[in-house]
Amino acid sequence: MAVDGTIANLDGTAALPRKNGELVFQAPWEGRAFGLALVLNEKGAYGWNAFRTRLVEQIASGCPDYYENWLSALETLLLERGLITRDDLYRRAAEYRALERDPVF
Amino acid sequence: MSDGHDHSHGDGAHHPDAPSEIEARTLALESLLIEKGILTSEDVDRVISIYEHDIGPMIGAHLVVRAWLDPNYRERLLEDAPEAVREAGYEYRAETRLVVVANEPGIHNMVVCTLCSCYPWMVLGLPPTWYKSAPYRSRAVSEPRAVLTELGLQLPDEVAITVWDSSAELRYMVLPERPAGTEGWTEEELAAIVTRDCMIGVARPQVPTPAGTR
Repeated sequence: MAVDGTIANLDGTAALPRKNGELVFQAPWEGRAFGLALVLNEKGAYGWNAFRTRLVEQIASGCPDYYENWLSALETLLLERGLITRDDLYRRAAEYRALERDPVF
Repeated sequence: MSDGHDHSHGDGAHHPDAPSEIEARTLALESLLIEKGILTSEDVDRVISIYEHDIGPMIGAHLVVRAWLDPNYRERLLEDAPEAVREAGYEYRAETRLVVVANEPGIHNMVVCTLCSCYPWMVLGLPPTWYKSAPYRSRAVSEPRAVLTELGLQLPDEVAITVWDSSAELRYMVLPERPAGTEGWTEEELAAIVTRDCMIGVARPQVPTPAGTR
């Protein structure tokens, strides 16, 4: 995969949290959410600008957590594109919450 | 994390804790996408690893290659590195100054931080462990030639070595010389030989020997 500055175009409020220039993930789920968005873009599920626009919208909605906004933006985009359904997402998340599935990151 | 949570579940089994809402949403998304055959866990692992470890040095290598290919850009990079970083399409939001020093025939530059581990992270990512070690920090200044030899770089005696001591306000990156035998190479091929160590000044870009010609 070419590290081609895809994420370099996230600037202003959409800029990724960094420490000493490196990306920082404060919890494993943040890394997963980050990776999912990039892989889906790489595989052609959407153009990067489509994701970026939704990320900026989420951030503007006032939630202070960067990667929570990131995940919400990703969910929104995938729902819009019909790649997942809201029902599936709710049901699956509930299964993980109830430990009916192994929550391994 | 210290919220008084205790792990005594009573039966001694290793039950995982229930994931938080946001963790469950992430797990749900990934597992659904995997089931649909859209991606694999390994795809996600790979991307995380690339961005966690490689993006830093990649920026420096990109700047070096651009300077090799465009003498005007080289001048701007040596004149005002932060501006040249932005011109190349990267963010440069650090308060710290960045100075790029160029190797030339007869002059070799190397970078150290004698006091701690100041490092041009904005273009090279995180420093390697040896860069932060006490022996490198003290000996890079007192006996740079010996240190370079130990690190595998043997410079001819007639090459002068300049050691740049980084500080909190001022960081250095080395612009290595473009090696002979790279004429006509693509930017990607060139970037591949500009390693992190070349830009710290403890290595020179190596042109690989084609297999079977050794």
